[in-house]
Amino acid sequence: MKISIEYFALLKEQRGCSSETIETVAKSPALLYSELKSRYSFSLNPDSLKVAVNEDFADWDSTLSDGDTVVFIPPVAGG
Amino acid sequence: MRFQISEEPVQPDLLKGEILNDVSGAFASFEGWVRNHNDGKPVNGLEYSAYVPLAEKEGQRIINEAFNHFDIESAVCVHRVGELRIGDIAVFVGATAAHRSSAFEACRYIIDETKARVPIWKRERYLDGPAEWVNCPTNTPR
Repeated sequence: MKISIEYFALLKEQRGCSSETIETVAKSPALLYSELKSRYSFSLNPDSLKVAVNEDFADWDSTLSDGDTVVFIPPVAGG
Repeated sequence: MRFQISEEPVQPDLLKGEILNDVSGAFASFEGWVRNHNDGKPVNGLEYSAYVPLAEKEGQRIINEAFNHFDIESAVCVHRVGELRIGDIAVFVGATAAHRSSAFEACRYIIDETKARVPIWKRERYLDGPAEWVNCPTNTPR
C-alpha cells in the first residue's frame, strides 16, 4: 500500500528530504520505521520517537491503511 | 483561547490585548527568549521547525486542558518557527483569570506541557562547533 511520510529535524537531515510516498507491506508504524531505519541508517531508535498517523499521535502497533500519512516524531524541543 | 505556530515575530502586547477582559483581575504571562548559550556552549542563533497540523492540534488540547483544570477566563500561546536570533522571542504564553493563582498555574502548565508534548524542534547554531538538533544526539549507538 501507498504511505506518505513526512520527515522532520534529525530524520529529515538523515533521509535527505522532507517527505516521500512509498509502496510498503509494513502493517504498522513500528514495522514501517524498522524498514526505513535499516534502509536509510537512521540513528534514532523507536523508543526515543513518537509516531503520528493522519495528523494525530498513534500507537506504534496500530494498523496502517493505504493512503495514510505517517510522521515519526524525534525528541521535541519547543518552548 | 488558542495555540498557534507562527512564522511571524511574536507580539506580546497584541496577544495580551487579545485575552484581557473585564472579569479578569489577573493576567500572567511567560516569554521564552533566545539566549546566547546552552549547556555551557555559546549559541549563535537557532531554528525552530514544527509539524504544524499536529503541533496546533496538540497545543489546542493543552490550552483546553488548562481551561478545564484551572479557573481561567482565557489563554493564548504562540510559538514562532523559522530562523531566530539572540534576543528574539520564541514563545509567548498568557492567561487571564479572576484571581492570580489560577493565572500563574495555567501559564506554567501551558508552557511545561508545550515543551513536553508539542512537535516542535530546535536546531542550535554554535560559535565553535557544528549545529545540533536539541535533544537528538547523533552519535546514538545503532
